[in-house]
Amino acid sequence: MVLFTLFFEFFKIGLFSVGGGLATLPFLYDLADKYTWFTRTELVNMIAISESTPGPIGVNMATYAGYNAAGILGGVVATMGIVVPALIVIISIAKVLTKFKNNKYVDAAFYGIRPAVAALILASAWDVIQSTLFRVDKTMMEFFNWPALIFFAILYYLLVKYQKHPILYIALAAVVGMFISF
Amino acid sequence: MKEYLDLFCIFTRIGAVTFGGGYAMLPILRKEIVQNRGWATDEEIMDYYAISQCTPGIIAVNTAIFVGYKCKKELGAIASALGMVFPSIVIILIIAMFLSNIMSYPVVQMAFAGIRIAVGVLVVNATVTLFKKGVVDKSTLVIFALVFIILMFTSVSPIPVVIGSALIGILLKAREGK
Repeated sequence: MVLFTLFFEFFKIGLFSVGGGLATLPFLYDLADKYTWFTRTELVNMIAISESTPGPIGVNMATYAGYNAAGILGGVVATMGIVVPALIVIISIAKVLTKFKNNKYVDAAFYGIRPAVAALILASAWDVIQSTLFRVDKTMMEFFNWPALIFFAILYYLLVKYQKHPILYIALAAVVGMFISF
Repeated sequence: MKEYLDLFCIFTRIGAVTFGGGYAMLPILRKEIVQNRGWATDEEIMDYYAISQCTPGIIAVNTAIFVGYKCKKELGAIASALGMVFPSIVIILIIAMFLSNIMSYPVVQMAFAGIRIAVGVLVVNATVTLFKKGVVDKSTLVIFALVFIILMFTSVSPIPVVIGSALIGILLKAREGK
């Protein structure tokens, strides 16, 4: 019974949260108040773990919340709950898109959207960069996190020069991070 | 059957190394789907990513479903979505069961500090590529600059921004057509 409720609640979240993982937060707070699956304090820990482990944050949150509520099966069921509405909605949109593939209005819309996407991603990149390469709260002298900046430059050079799989650079950075404090 | 398994495995790899939200998956998606397999173009990936921002659900999962559908219809979409969430389920369940204080170890924190730098490098590099693909003339450069300023200095959500850009695109092309 709890599994059914879990699926239904996360199905609703999947259907109504627009704009990425953290958009699921208000819904999860709502669940904390409504059920005994997890408390608001536990939710804060869940956010920290979801944000720092691989995988989309929204999915991680669903798995963690589901496990807290009903064990391993709960984790799987809650995750499926959040994915199923996406499958229905996105496949429908993809079908419409295939139909209107060379429609001039659709083409014109994407002509406007593509530069916006580049800006969207640059803005997200800035979030990551400013928190790792700069110390915004410090004085001028300490503003630049020099070891991080130098490592950033080296990694960027290696990426452009060798074009290896991104996973390699992530693994390399993890190992280097264990020995050098950034 | 092989293609479905291939899609599942690609997105499992992507899910396992995507730190910090949907945009972090783009560099790997480009490498696996565009460069290594030619299943979609850079432009298509950008379109999918834009629509995923404005539709309900999780951006990374939505993008995975789009790519899966493009490659292998409904079953491809399902295989991709399952691949995308599979590592999350495994990793989060392990952490929830055994390692709920994993983030308190200094060595783990240090590794993550390194990973964040790599994520920054990958995302900046992806932005450069997407900039070249998306900004093709003066009008698109203006859209790029406007969107960036709006996102940096206001708290407007990406949804009206993407919808607004689409409308501007249609208006610009309509004027050109006359």
